[in-house]
Amino acid sequence: MAQQKKAVALISGGLDSMLAAKTIMEQGIQVEGLNFFTGFCVEGHTHAIRQKEGVRPKRNNALWVAEQLGIKLHIVDVIEEYKTVLINPKHGYGANLNPCLDCKIFMVNKAGQWLKENNFDFIITGEVIGQRPMSQRKQTMPIIARESGADDVLLRPLCAKNLPETLPEREGWVDRSKLHGFSGRSRKPQMELAQRFGFDDYAQPAGGCCFLTDAAYSSKLVDLWQNRGHKNYELDDVMLLKVGRHIRPKAHFKLIVSREEGEDRFLQGYKNDFISLFCTSHNGPLTLIDGTPNAEDLTLAGQITARYGQGRGAEQVDLRVRFPDGREKTLQVKPLTPEQMPKEWFV
Amino acid sequence: MSRQLLNARRLLCPLPVIRTQDKVKQMQPGDQLEIICTDPGVMQDIPAWCRINGHTVLATDTQTGEYRIILQVGDNG
Ligand code: SF4
Repeated sequence: MAQQKKAVALISGGLDSMLAAKTIMEQGIQVEGLNFFTGFCVEGHTHAIRQKEGVRPKRNNALWVAEQLGIKLHIVDVIEEYKTVLINPKHGYGANLNPCLDCKIFMVNKAGQWLKENNFDFIITGEVIGQRPMSQRKQTMPIIARESGADDVLLRPLCAKNLPETLPEREGWVDRSKLHGFSGRSRKPQMELAQRFGFDDYAQPAGGCCFLTDAAYSSKLVDLWQNRGHKNYELDDVMLLKVGRHIRPKAHFKLIVSREEGEDRFLQGYKNDFISLFCTSHNGPLTLIDGTPNAEDLTLAGQITARYGQGRGAEQVDLRVRFPDGREKTLQVKPLTPEQMPKEWFV
Repeated sequence: MSRQLLNARRLLCPLPVIRTQDKVKQMQPGDQLEIICTDPGVMQDIPAWCRINGHTVLATDTQTGEYRIILQVGDNG
């Protein structure tokens, strides 16, 4: 008997990759899942930050999909390697800072490496021609296959019938006639297939699989890059951009003001890395300062912090400033009014 | 059988899962791993990861304000 063929599926946590994997499993192929953690994924940690007490944490959709499919899932930390993709994408950015085409090429390339190391036979993705404006166009499909080095070991089960035959089809490992010919932006064929497979309760991310498709997030990242004068970043930067209000009153410093208790707790973890401020006379947020503020700037930071606390209408609010080395000082300020805070300050 | 400890404090999901996965790769079937985390998401994600990959959660504990999970590596670890 011929040896069973094995495919590795890129699993994002969304419906399309789930359907693609299931389509191939139906043909008797052994499938395992790969999920890449770039640091920007919608999955995971943001849920934890804005976590209300007593509310069940959200599930990780990639794990959930793997469990529904009954396949193993390998989650790979690509935070470091992904920097080169995001900082200098050969094919440029999409509507926001999403380098989707380079990102796809990178992920398929990584899957190709995994394939060789683990003796698997081909790669599958949930791509559909025309589904997304940047990375899933007819012209980009061969670019991804070629530049990732995967070439014809890359099979897209959901739109394979609209694309040239790949190795698994030519070799008869999979039956091309049982693959699909989806194209365009409509989600209807996916819904129907999901129903046929009996999948419900699946995740339907609106914009894409990561924060880089989000306009507000992207503008914070642009602000960070501009004010640092370089595009490098650490995982902590990526995370902090997801948390709190970001307010930049002057070029040389920015405030990150917590919006609720979960963020408050999360920002506490950075008190030894940043100057922090909090109100002592009233309830109020925790603020971190990123940059190099002088004494006058600290007073302004105090006025802004107080504006978001319960003392916003008071004549005077007391605050404590804590420096990363543990030194502390107190401040008395009059909170700014909303009118005193120009729109341009908000990143 | 050995028992090892993984400190995943301050890491947010899915990083604790990734660290668990990488650690388990170096362990033998039957070995136990104790993971200590601060992200409540692990109480959902690590058991899910164990179910998928054939490992067993032996105990969980949230009493200390941290989240502690003890798992046993499965046969296909
Ligand atoms: S949305 Fe994000 S993760 Fe998805 S392809 Fe685009 S850049 Fe990559």
